Order: sequence, then structure tokens, then C-alpha cells
Amino acid sequence: MSEYALKAKESSSLNFTDLDEVVLYHRVNRLLSDYVECIDEDHLEAWPDYFTDDCLYKIIPRENTDRNLPLSAILCDSKGMLVDRIVALREANIYAKHFYRHLISGLHITEIKPSYVLARSNYLVLQTRTDGSTIPFNSGQYLDRITITEDGLKFSEKIAVFDTYRIQTQLVTPV
Amino acid sequence: MEIIVKDNIDWPHSNEGCVIPYKVFTEPEFYVLEQEKIFRGNSWNFVALSAEIPEPGDFKTTYIGETPVIVTRDLDNSIHVMQNRCAHRGALVCREPNGHVDRLECVYHQWSYDLQGNLKGVPFRRGVKGNGGMPECFKMAEHGLRTLRVEEICGVVFASFSSEVENLLDYLGEEAIGAIKRIFSRPIKILGDQRQFINGNWKLYAENTRDPYHASLLHLFHNTFGLYRATQKGASALDASKRHSMLTTTAGSDEGDAEVYENIRSYNAGYTLQDPSILAGRKEFDDDITLVILSLFPNLVVQQIANTLAVRQIVTKGPKAFELVWTHFGYVDDDKEMDAIRLKQANLIGPAGLISMEDGEAVEIVHDAVIRDQEETSYMAMGGGKAEAQNHLVTESTIIGFWDYYRSVI
Repeated sequence: MSEYALKAKESSSLNFTDLDEVVLYHRVNRLLSDYVECIDEDHLEAWPDYFTDDCLYKIIPRENTDRNLPLSAILCDSKGMLVDRIVALREANIYAKHFYRHLISGLHITEIKPSYVLARSNYLVLQTRTDGSTIPFNSGQYLDRITITEDGLKFSEKIAVFDTYRIQTQLVTPV
Repeated sequence: MEIIVKDNIDWPHSNEGCVIPYKVFTEPEFYVLEQEKIFRGNSWNFVALSAEIPEPGDFKTTYIGETPVIVTRDLDNSIHVMQNRCAHRGALVCREPNGHVDRLECVYHQWSYDLQGNLKGVPFRRGVKGNGGMPECFKMAEHGLRTLRVEEICGVVFASFSSEVENLLDYLGEEAIGAIKRIFSRPIKILGDQRQFINGNWKLYAENTRDPYHASLLHLFHNTFGLYRATQKGASALDASKRHSMLTTTAGSDEGDAEVYENIRSYNAGYTLQDPSILAGRKEFDDDITLVILSLFPNLVVQQIANTLAVRQIVTKGPKAFELVWTHFGYVDDDKEMDAIRLKQANLIGPAGLISMEDGEAVEIVHDAVIRDQEETSYMAMGGGKAEAQNHLVTESTIIGFWDYYRSVI
């Protein structure tokens, strides 16, 4: 099935196991690229739409996951909470102005089921503040659960387990 | 302004309020004095929660100021704190943040210490095939790790380099003891850590947690969702030494807020949450106190904000930076729903905290602006300009208490 057909009409009757391996990989890669571009280009109001309504989005330091501890830096278990994070960022929170640039690598699709796939990839968020200096702000692994909806592929779960557990100043913008 | 000279340090003086010269935040001389007279002086420094090292053999490494230390639980369940510096040639003995061991062994020459820091093993101590070895006069007992005084209250572990400082309970004072007993009322469980690295002097954070004035003006979430408003009932308290501070608020009413906040940026009545479950909680204390910020000199903040319970440890990294280590906890008897409440409310605090994140920025913007103004001063007079407890939060008096004490030590 061509990727255009997939994009034009993705419905819940479609199933991941029908997809050619290369097409599936490409589609997941595209989802990730679109997702990080949405954040990097400051289209944050569109960010929640990458998720299903009853999603789980977690940013958690590996020093907690390594010890089986549950505390996350950010934990959202609904799309509404994602929207609230963005509204807070735009309207309420005070923070140093910054830009993000994501780099993604090492995408692996680790499980393929009819209604969802699990994917793992590395991410690095480079942050630039108003003095123009760029730092590797947050490096980690995405553990994603991706489902098909009427509006295309979305994350039903995105867990960013980050190695950079020393957070520089503030973590405002989602990764 | 008069200049009062004390031990070669000129402390400027104002008749209206408190003025602090910015050099205390920038100059290495102050930092060096602090490491000696505060962190390695007559103070009690937070090092661990007992629940972080639950089993005999567990250890944690941390810092008092910039000095690395090891916190262990010995086989008899006692907790020990020692410097993380091999008695041989000064290497770090423990290079992991936490773990479980029978012995503390330095990788360099395998000098081995027990969990109390006593030297137990020195390879080739008697030489090898008649060559080398330590001299006759070498006594293992004289080459242990330097140990610190350790005291604990309700599972909050403090250590001191000083043999002279009063015992921990006297050091903390009644209000702090009461607040600690209230929060650490029963066994806790660790939910996890967060680390925040901030480019500014540690005392800018010490000011920030003693500053109720900023809370409703810098942090919008407080205002809009009734967690904290200047019109809520609140109190600021100081201990006898004034080095510790406690800010509390009780569940408040909405009366009169709109007027007080007219024209002030941060009050935004139009802001509503799509998913208010982030604020869902449970009343778990007998009183109506919804917020406690207990700042304990020099390196600890104990907090309750709604159902989030945490300690925040200040780790100095030179005069221009510090790391803030947040350890969140709940109670062992929390049910799953309570666990979930705490983990979700944790969105409000920490380096990504919807309420607390601004404090990192606040410290950095002061640091950046004062960097070349050593002889200029800040000016604090909100609430009267003197270090005294008050039954409201429209004040900077608790910050002034910190400085009064600081001046007596440095």
C-alpha cells in the first residue's frame, strides 16, 4: 500500500501488521520527524494533536527508572493535560527564552500488533538561549506506543527516559 | 548609609530596611569562607533521608557544600557519614551515587574501609616476598576516613563537621521540629529524585525559599488555582537564631483577591485548566495548612505543597552555581490512589514544576545582573525591614533573618 493511500485514508480498520516493513518504518519515522519539528518550530498548540485523547506522556529521568522509582518530571495522562502544559507555558510560566533543536536516531520498531506498534529511538534536544550558546540540554530515549486513528498515526504513549538527569535551570518546553 | 566594618568585611547599613552587598553572591572570598565557616563549621547539613538507605550495606554519596561525603547504613542499622576521600592519597573512595556494599574500597590501591569508615585492608601491608610493605609504626586505626557527627530526626539525616555545634534538635528549634514531625509523621517511601542545575549563587536560592513576597507574583499557578494568594491566611516564622524560616499558608478564601491584584500582571482570572485532575488531592493533615516551606540553614528545604512532599538539598558548585536535588516521597501506607495523586501533583514542583520552575530563572536573572556590581546592594523593606515573625506573608522579614545570621557567622 502506498504511503499516500495511507495518509489519505487511515481508519481503524487498517492494521499495522498489513503494512510492508519499509513503509511502516518510514511512516513511524515521519511521525517522529513531524513531532519534533512541531516542537522545534514553536507550533506548540499543535503538539497535543500528536497524541490520542487518553494518552500517556511522561518525561522521566533514568536515575528513577534505573531504580524502579516512578517520579517523573512531567506526567500527563490525558490530552487535556497536554493542552494545559502549553497554555501554562504561553500564559503563566516565566522562563528564560530558548530554542530547541531535536536530533533523532536509532529508530527501532520493537513490536508490531494490528492496532499499535511500539518504537524506540534516541533523541537529543539541543537548547539555545538568548546569548546564542547551545548546550546538549536533554538526551534520552523515546519509548513510544503508536496507534492508527482517523487523523493518522498518533502516540497513545510517549515516554521520554532521559539520561541528562541534571536539568539545566528549567524544563519548560516538552521534549 | 553608614558603613559598619566587621572583620574587614564592610556591611552597608540602611535605616529603613536591609541592604545586602552583591559581592556576597559573586566573590570567591565569601564562597571560601562559607565552605569553611558554614558547611564545615557549626552547622547541621542535610545528607539523606533514612528511607534512601533502608538496608544495612546501603550507601549514598552526596556533598556538604563542595565536600564529597558518603552516607552508609552499617550492619547494626546505624547510619554513618564520612568524607569521601581515601586516607591514602586522597582519591574518591565511592564513585557511585548509591548502592549496596560490604566494604568501601578505593579503586586506586584497594585500601578497604568498613561501613563506619575504619580502615580494614591495605594490600601489600606486610610487603611481598620480603620487599616493601608499610613501616612498623603504621597503624590502621589512624588512617580511617574522616567521620562526621550524625543526627537524625524522623528519618531526616543531618551531619556536621563540627564537634562544637549544639545537638540537632537545639539547632533546629521548636517550630522546625514541629514541622518536621508533622510531615515525617510515619514511615516514608521515596518516589524519586529530580536534579536542577542553576547558574547563580546558592544564597540567591536561600533567599528565594524564605521569600513569601514573590510567590503570588512570580508564580501564576498559585494565584489562579487558589493554592496560594497574598490574601490567604499565612504566616512566616523564624527560629531564635533567625537562620531557619518557615512559611505556611492555609486553605484560603477568594474574597478580595481581584482588588488586590488589579493591574498586577500575574493575576489572570481567565485561565482555566482543561484537565483539573492535576490539582485533585486529599486532605491528609489534621490542620488546614496547604503549604509549608521550611528552609533549614544552610542546605535544606522541606516542603509540603498540597499533597506533594519533598526535600530540596542545596549542593554548592562554586560561587556561581549550585545543584538543587529534589527528593519526593510519600508514606509507606499510601494507597495506589494516593501514589497517583502525588505523582500527578509532582507536575507542580521540581525543575519542570508548573509552580516552582520560575525560581530557577529568578536566581539566574539576579546572578546575571549583579555580576560586576560588588559594592552595590539589594534593598529589602517589604513587611517592615526587620527580621521578625509575622502572621502574614506580605513580607521579606524572613529573608532578613537569614542575612542577620549569615553576617554573624561570616
